Amino acid sequence: MNLHLLILLPLLTATAILFTRNLKQARTISLAGSILQLVLAFVLLAAYWQERATGNTAPMLFESSYAWFPALHINYHIGVDGISIAMILLTAFVVVAGVLVSWNVEKMSREFFFLLAFLALGAYGFFLSLDIFTMFFFLEISVIPKFLLIGIWGSGKKEYSAMKLALMLMGGSALVFVGLAGLYFNTSVNGGSYTFDLMQIAQLNIPVEVQKLFFPFAFLGFGIFTALFPFHTWVPDGHASAPTAASMFLAGISMKLGGYGALRVATFLMPDGAAAWSWVIILLATIAIIYGAFATMMQTDLKYINAYSSVSHVGFVLLGIGMLTHTAIVGAVLQMVSHGLMTALFFAAIGMIYGRTHTREVAQLGGLLKVMPFISTVFVIAGLSSLGLPGFSGFVAEMTVFMGSWQNPDPWYRLATILAIASIVVTAVYILRATGKAIMGPAMHSDHQLGDAAWNEKLAAALLIIGILAIGIAPFWLNDLVQPGVTLIMSKFQP
Amino acid sequence: MLLLALIPLLPLACFVVLGLFGKKYFSQSAGWLGTLVLATSAILSLYTAFNYFSDSGKDNGVYQAIVPVQLNWLPFTSDLSINLGILLDPISVMMLVVVTVVSLMVHIFSLGYMKGEERFATYYAFLSLFTFSMLGLVLSSNIFQIYIFWELVGVSSFLLIGFYFNKATAVAASKKAFIVTRFADFGFLIGILVLSYYSNTLDFKTLIERLSDPASAQSQAIGAASFLGASALTWALALVFMGGAGKSAMFPLHIWLPDAMEGPTPVSALIHAATMVVAGVYLVARLFPVFSTNESALMLIRYIGIFSAFFAAIIACTQTDIKRVLAYSTMSQIGYMMFALGLIPATDGHAAGFTASMFHLFTHAFFKSLLFLGAGAIIHYIHSNEMRDMGGLRKLMPVTHISFLIACLAIAGIWPFAGFFSKEEILHAAYQSDKPIYFIALITGGITAFYMFRLYFNIFWGHEQKHSHAHGEGPLSMKLPLILLAILSLVAGFIPFSHYVTADGRPVESHLDLLFSIAPLLIAVTGILLAGWLYKKANDKPARLAATLGGLYQSAYKKFYIDEIYLFLTKNILFNLVGRPAAWFDRHIVDGTMNWLASTTGKLSVRIKGLQSGQVQSYALYFFGGIAALGVIFIYLWK
Repeated sequence: MNLHLLILLPLLTATAILFTRNLKQARTISLAGSILQLVLAFVLLAAYWQERATGNTAPMLFESSYAWFPALHINYHIGVDGISIAMILLTAFVVVAGVLVSWNVEKMSREFFFLLAFLALGAYGFFLSLDIFTMFFFLEISVIPKFLLIGIWGSGKKEYSAMKLALMLMGGSALVFVGLAGLYFNTSVNGGSYTFDLMQIAQLNIPVEVQKLFFPFAFLGFGIFTALFPFHTWVPDGHASAPTAASMFLAGISMKLGGYGALRVATFLMPDGAAAWSWVIILLATIAIIYGAFATMMQTDLKYINAYSSVSHVGFVLLGIGMLTHTAIVGAVLQMVSHGLMTALFFAAIGMIYGRTHTREVAQLGGLLKVMPFISTVFVIAGLSSLGLPGFSGFVAEMTVFMGSWQNPDPWYRLATILAIASIVVTAVYILRATGKAIMGPAMHSDHQLGDAAWNEKLAAALLIIGILAIGIAPFWLNDLVQPGVTLIMSKFQP
Repeated sequence: MLLLALIPLLPLACFVVLGLFGKKYFSQSAGWLGTLVLATSAILSLYTAFNYFSDSGKDNGVYQAIVPVQLNWLPFTSDLSINLGILLDPISVMMLVVVTVVSLMVHIFSLGYMKGEERFATYYAFLSLFTFSMLGLVLSSNIFQIYIFWELVGVSSFLLIGFYFNKATAVAASKKAFIVTRFADFGFLIGILVLSYYSNTLDFKTLIERLSDPASAQSQAIGAASFLGASALTWALALVFMGGAGKSAMFPLHIWLPDAMEGPTPVSALIHAATMVVAGVYLVARLFPVFSTNESALMLIRYIGIFSAFFAAIIACTQTDIKRVLAYSTMSQIGYMMFALGLIPATDGHAAGFTASMFHLFTHAFFKSLLFLGAGAIIHYIHSNEMRDMGGLRKLMPVTHISFLIACLAIAGIWPFAGFFSKEEILHAAYQSDKPIYFIALITGGITAFYMFRLYFNIFWGHEQKHSHAHGEGPLSMKLPLILLAILSLVAGFIPFSHYVTADGRPVESHLDLLFSIAPLLIAVTGILLAGWLYKKANDKPARLAATLGGLYQSAYKKFYIDEIYLFLTKNILFNLVGRPAAWFDRHIVDGTMNWLASTTGKLSVRIKGLQSGQVQSYALYFFGGIAALGVIFIYLWK
């Protein structure tokens, strides 16, 4: 399996879009490219299974490495394990759905689809990289398109939101970079050469003091990407202003870059640092979960509701990582995939509603089920998935996090787990409030001309729902997929 | 074993088909499809039950718990894993029959009742979803599996209560039901975590084996760990019971049940009378071997149960919406089942309360769903839920009248109707184990008879209202379930239940004591006579009685203001004291700090940007000034 294809394909798609002349051409190429990426992601999954079935137990598969900047020991080194494949699958699903819901972007359509493809490129590259500098490079690639997508195609106070998002994410990147540099300059133990290579650093024994010093930089930096309290405020504004597809990418993929980095780089490479700081992670994650949920309860704009609920839900990812038990980390990975699909679906549904009613204020919506049954059903499914109903992916992920968290016998961590579980009650409150008013309730839109979902919207929703159900109904395959990767990470914690 | 798996999977398939294609292809035939599928499930269930009880379930005369199918669904660790499986034991097989039979009756009834509904296919899809979830729940072989289906019955209930989604009250009721039970499930989930942590398994059989044996290492550990003065086991069981209390509408988590009556009436019959609301009882029964080792947990169950039974019976006497009366009566009857489970088993290990509770669950399912379907027929006929719009219906609706009367006699505990036998066993068990509870239960029995016959006389006797109805009592599809359920309410009591369902699987002889039956029967008859005296003919006695009772009557009528207390707690505490400040804090403090940081950086750069003015003169000035300053420092250091 040639992993370069996964980076080349979005790059080719992006380049090809530059040569299109109108919306039709741009979206056709964009869709073709993203579908090919999805196919490729499935081929990768099949290849991975085949490789594992033949007894290949190497931690990373399909590796390849090229010297990129030898003077600083930077290599273009890529490879995958189950965790990265899960994230790649997530990306591929969200990209196709994002392109489909943007089917009628009239304004500067070529540039729009170009940026979407570019964002996908950054995400794929990030999940594939096994060199932490290359990883950082791709992380940065994914920031700029977001700024432009919100600033140009957004709504409301879009310039403010775009600037805020870009500045805060850049700040996060800066912290990440300090963490990476700190690691790099301590890789030359016993007179060896310096390295940015993830798997090589993992073999080294980085001094505990160094880990304690640099772990917070890396974790906090990645944490900002994944809405770590109190650096989450770019999320609500960013989402509220972003066009639908950008919201889907932002919450579905971008926030997961942070979670993945926090796990793969910060926790895996600096286990002693993670152990020393885990109480802070748990504290901040618990605050994010509870406080995010209560803040969501008071929101009146559908996008703000989903944005704040994302803060709360992504808190489960950080909580799972901070618990430092095998099951909790599996749960964190499952939650990343699950939340990515679910929140993308939610934003897609909100976008469809907004596109027809021209409002996102819950108070101004009512009884949509009658007027647009398909879109309403999608909204309800996204909502039920969000409140962790069995059968949908959210349940599987959350329960794995809870189960894993309880394995940590520290009483304070138990308290954090209980508080996190309590949040699912609050989630039910805000989801049902929004659903009860906007979807159910007395109809406020007598205008039957609003119309239900078009084919492209139906396809996008169906795709994401299939993903959610595939995890929710048959979680074992995803669980199996991520197990070896988590075992590798946990091996760093065994004394 | 394939046949066994088909029992829940057929309704699931029906849900998928009707959910995806119902509107397009089955807008008319959805009812028949759903009914046919459920009839198949019901037949398979009866076949399974017959097999199990006659032969396959027994080993040396003791009923066994058999797990014929299990699928490894989500392994958390090597020991803790969610397995989806089927567990056959006397109570699950009994529930299998109850669920499919009542569900089938409701499916048939709905053919007539819901005819012409715009979302007819959706209705049957939801019914199928519910039946699937409920069957999954009763068959669960794993404590996490039961939690999964627990949530699924909750959401089916939500969807069906909110079926008339344009009605604001229906939406509010559906939300309330979901959120209150969700809150209870929060306890249930933590209970599961604690139990699984100490027993190191999620499998029911293993878990019960390990925790019911006081000598095992696991039960030593869970008994030794303590928190705030109670052992971890007590906490875990109390939390699991909290989940059960939420689903089974036990005080103080009962507030959702009366509101849930906003759903279509056949749904109330199925979900909120016969099946889902007894899930909490079932859960406690499922873990009974563990519960019975812990007296504190038993005590909690016993007192919550008896209080709910009494409390709800009082409220039922004052309500005027017939479905609400039935809802409170459901809560009261479940209270009976609950406290019976909480009775401490006799010293010889025989838990009479367990058998009695399950027996009552069994008989109650039939007569209570009959009452609800009867109420449905009445509401269908006169288009109102209010008692004052009814009266004198006995001639207009003969089938409904007779079947309703049978159900009322059954719930009042009159011989030879089904309720008599099961209630008798509960009272008997209570008498032997806990006298105060026995007396309260006895009195509650009288109140039950009173409010049920208040309902009966108000509907079928009294002043005849003017009904301009061209249509008759209802189609055969509505009458047939009434007749069948009436027959079941008559004969179900004669089943020698203790031969089949006991806590340890060993059949016992239950002895009906004639002398013992005199007191409950007398009290029930008194209740009925009192109701007849007050309500058989229209008069002003009830109004005068209400006026005499004054505040007591008002409090009961207002359901003892529990709803208002909840409203105060959620609205003023959760929303105004937690939610609003959190949202404000986020916008103004957290985000404010970020904005302040950005604007300060901006301001700072405005201040210092004057330094780079592009004027050579000022650069020269800074340059020479800098040199001078450095010179001074240099000279100073030199010295």
